[in-house]
Amino acid sequence: MGKLSSTLWLILFVLPQQVLANNQFNMRKGVTDISNDVYQLHMTIFIICCVIGVIVFAAMFWALIHHRKSKGAKPAQFHESTKVEILWTAIPFVILIAMAVPATKTLISMEDASKADLTIKITGSQWKWHYEYMGEDVAFYSILSTPQEQITNQVDKSSTYLLEVDKPLVLPINQKVRFLMTSDDVIHSWWVPDFAVKKDANPGFINETWTKINEEGIYRGQCAELCGKDHGFMPVVVEAKSEQAFANWLSEAKQAKANAAIADAALLDQILPKEELMTLGEQVYMASCAACHQPTGMGLPGVFPALKGSPVVLGDIKDHIDVVLHGRPGTAMQAFDKQLSIKQLAAVITYKRNAWGNDTGDVIQPSQIQAAIDATSEAK
Amino acid sequence: MSSVTEQQHDQAAHHDGHHHPAKGFKRWLYTTNHKDIGSLYLIFSLTMFLIGGAMAMVIRAELFQPGLQLVEPHFFNQMTTVHGLIMVFGAVMPAFTGLANWMVPLMIGAPDMALPRMNNWSFWILPFAFIILLASLFMPGGGPAFGWTFYAPLSTTYSNDNTALFVFAVHIMGISSIMGAINVIVTIVNLRAPGMTWMKLPLFVWTWLITAFLLIAVMPVLAGAVTMVLTDKYFATSFFDAAGGGDPVMFQHIFWFFGHPEVYIMILPAFGIISTIVPTFSRKKLFGYASMVYATSSIALLSFIVWAHHMFTTGMPVAGELFFMYATMLISVPTGVKVFNWVATMWRGSISFEVPMLFSIAFIVLFTLGGFSGLMLAITPADFQYHDTYFVVAHFHYVLVTGAIFSIMAGAYYWLPKWTGNMFNITLAKWHFWLSLVSVNVLFFPMHFVGLAGMPRRIPDYALQFADFNAIISIGGFAFGLSQLLFVVVVFKCARGGDKVPAKVWDGAEGLEWEVASPAPYHTFETPPEIK
Ligand code: HEC
Ligand code: HEM
Ligand SMILES: [Cu+2]
Ligand SMILES: [Cu+2]
Repeated sequence: MGKLSSTLWLILFVLPQQVLANNQFNMRKGVTDISNDVYQLHMTIFIICCVIGVIVFAAMFWALIHHRKSKGAKPAQFHESTKVEILWTAIPFVILIAMAVPATKTLISMEDASKADLTIKITGSQWKWHYEYMGEDVAFYSILSTPQEQITNQVDKSSTYLLEVDKPLVLPINQKVRFLMTSDDVIHSWWVPDFAVKKDANPGFINETWTKINEEGIYRGQCAELCGKDHGFMPVVVEAKSEQAFANWLSEAKQAKANAAIADAALLDQILPKEELMTLGEQVYMASCAACHQPTGMGLPGVFPALKGSPVVLGDIKDHIDVVLHGRPGTAMQAFDKQLSIKQLAAVITYKRNAWGNDTGDVIQPSQIQAAIDATSEAK
Repeated sequence: MSSVTEQQHDQAAHHDGHHHPAKGFKRWLYTTNHKDIGSLYLIFSLTMFLIGGAMAMVIRAELFQPGLQLVEPHFFNQMTTVHGLIMVFGAVMPAFTGLANWMVPLMIGAPDMALPRMNNWSFWILPFAFIILLASLFMPGGGPAFGWTFYAPLSTTYSNDNTALFVFAVHIMGISSIMGAINVIVTIVNLRAPGMTWMKLPLFVWTWLITAFLLIAVMPVLAGAVTMVLTDKYFATSFFDAAGGGDPVMFQHIFWFFGHPEVYIMILPAFGIISTIVPTFSRKKLFGYASMVYATSSIALLSFIVWAHHMFTTGMPVAGELFFMYATMLISVPTGVKVFNWVATMWRGSISFEVPMLFSIAFIVLFTLGGFSGLMLAITPADFQYHDTYFVVAHFHYVLVTGAIFSIMAGAYYWLPKWTGNMFNITLAKWHFWLSLVSVNVLFFPMHFVGLAGMPRRIPDYALQFADFNAIISIGGFAFGLSQLLFVVVVFKCARGGDKVPAKVWDGAEGLEWEVASPAPYHTFETPPEIK
């Protein structure tokens, strides 16, 4: 066993393993049993393809080198052989069956979402994810948190550039989590490579899939189905916690929700100063509206209307609130009544009525928003 | 009296025009000659290839570095969409139709296509389709931005008002393709020279015959899909809107019922071209002619029952997923047979490496590579990881660029001397080949890596871990794009002049097209040749 053979060993076996296990080049093994199975399948097919490729192209290049006219090769006369042809139809067939068996097994276990410990409803909309912990009364939106300045190259990009959100989906490890997917507008696709879970969120239909995470950690993915302008800016971030930590997180989230409701109720009797509403309004606008209506309020001609000088924004306050609360069904304009708090809604509407030269001077208070919400629920 | 002479003069002029092409623009506008129409198709396709390529350069320039630099995301989406549409419907399909127009009558000993006036129409409506499509880019709201697959409801409720232009353009492209396909079928069935039995047909003719049937079967399905998009968007139907009882996933079933056979429409004629060129430069008969014909037919048939492999993540029942996985894996058997047959043809041949052969060899290796990644994509559990990532972009560019486009280049170099009577500049052509070969792999190979590492397709900006590979990919892209300008130069120079070639340009070539003079006279086989 000389130096040569150990070098060979290194080059032939250790090196490819090292290179291929590197996330930069290859599929991730991930952190679930399923994702490991998928990785194994991927490597098996890959290696089978490599072997077939090497054999076929070795034969071809042998012919190209040795059966050259310039070397005086005389062409042979054969041009068919039933035996050979049957052989090279049958052998691939057998290889395919060998591949299909493990693939079928993995697929069947991937599609079995029964006996889940926890169910999360995931709703996609342009361009954010909404997570609802079924039966737990906890729900929130998860939006890209990378600042616009990083995207437009004005400041350095963070290491999690485009793969970071304001509120990640928090999940427990070692529990079977079932996902129900749907969408409010176009088709999106929820994908976390480390779980080998990718499923389309179809508007008007519900899809089902599941995962069971083995390790704590933060896992990042992206929307995989073209869903309009900001399809590239719709990441998925999952934080996997131990079961105990998850239970704590869940009760804190419930508590926070109760506190927010109390704060909202208190707002109804308050008159907020314009400056406070304008500052908050700008933040809300940038996070929730600027993707379509643009930071300048100018919109995109022919796609998203300008809010600067818009007759709706400058016109009747009631109609304006109505558009923001309920959206315009059948267009990309979503309903924001469930997405934003009454304070945020009051702020963003105040902001729009006073920014970019829309100097109406109007100040909208949370109580006005609540009144509009009450009016619609009474009408129903 | 004068009227009589005028009449005679007219007749003479008419008679004249029958033998020599008329001059100027009218020759091209009114032509019913298969060679003229073939040239028109090929020139049109090359133009579209350059326009679609320019859009690819915009895409690659934006993706050179992370962050948004050059274009805004909405425009980026228009670029990917229109790039895809132009390359598929404007570059690859018209190029094959052009080759069919030129070569099918020459290969089967027919004087022209069977339906020459329809032939004129099927070409001349095509430029209008693409003018409409391209014009929409300049209108308020811009062109189509929903991907070449135009999934509803992104293309219906959530698209802009210019969608009608897209729909109209696709309708015209479809009508053109169907007319072209009818012409090919009628010509092959009726105008074969006496003695040319089915199993004597050159393989390019066989593959085109099968392709034409695929076209007639699925282009109406595409027309149906775009029409439903049109009525959903403008006339309040809800084929694809759940709120009105429709289903957005049904759109995908309809689209891919067209779309999968469509990818074979773009590759079967390529198989025909390679099966013509490899024997010529191996100086040996094609191995397994009959099994090539059967393999092509079975690929065509199977292509109708695999469409949902594009839809594994839409949430199908397990049984459906299993069926489409098995059916897709099955297609690799006849495809493998083709590759084995080409290798067996070269085996113990007397091989030389003229430019068409170089492109054909590159085709065999690189198309097979695309076939391998296709097989990987068929494995449903793994597809969940690959789907809609750059792995798929790598896969389909291997089969389309180093597959379809390389075969078209091979065919163009192979028959260019026959069309023009001149040999092309071999040195330049070899430069074109080697530069394309290297750059195309720098361009598309690393896409496998970024795809596996998790980069989705159709995004204008990406996470930092993908940055290095994307820079390499873009450099490969620019190099490949520039290399294609060499091809334009070679073709242009060859049309203008060059060393004269004999009727049989390549010593190992076989077939009727090599029995007519070079350049091929305006009218050929006015009396059919006898096939022994
Ligand atoms: C996903 C894209 C999108 C987002 C995000 C969005 N809008 Fe809109 N908005 C639209 C579209 C599209 C319309 C036009 C609808 C129509 O055709 O009537 C619109 C219309 C409006 C109008 C009516 C304007 C007019 O002149 O008709 C107002 C007001 C408005 N949006 C406010 C908002 C506010 C406030 C937010 C953030 C809380 C927001 N939008 C977020 C897409 C969006
Ligand atoms: C000139 C060299 C080419 C380059 C640099 C190139 C580059 C690209 C890139 C980067 C994408 C992915 C865009 C994205 O997902 O964000 C793409 C998409 C695509 N390309 Fe190409 N391409 C080239 C040639 C071709 C050719 C010749 C064809 C067809 C024959 C083709 C067909 C397609 C199709 C169908 C898509 C998908 C469009 C979509 O997502 O809707 N490309 N191309
Ligand atoms: Cu998306
Ligand atoms: Cu397909």
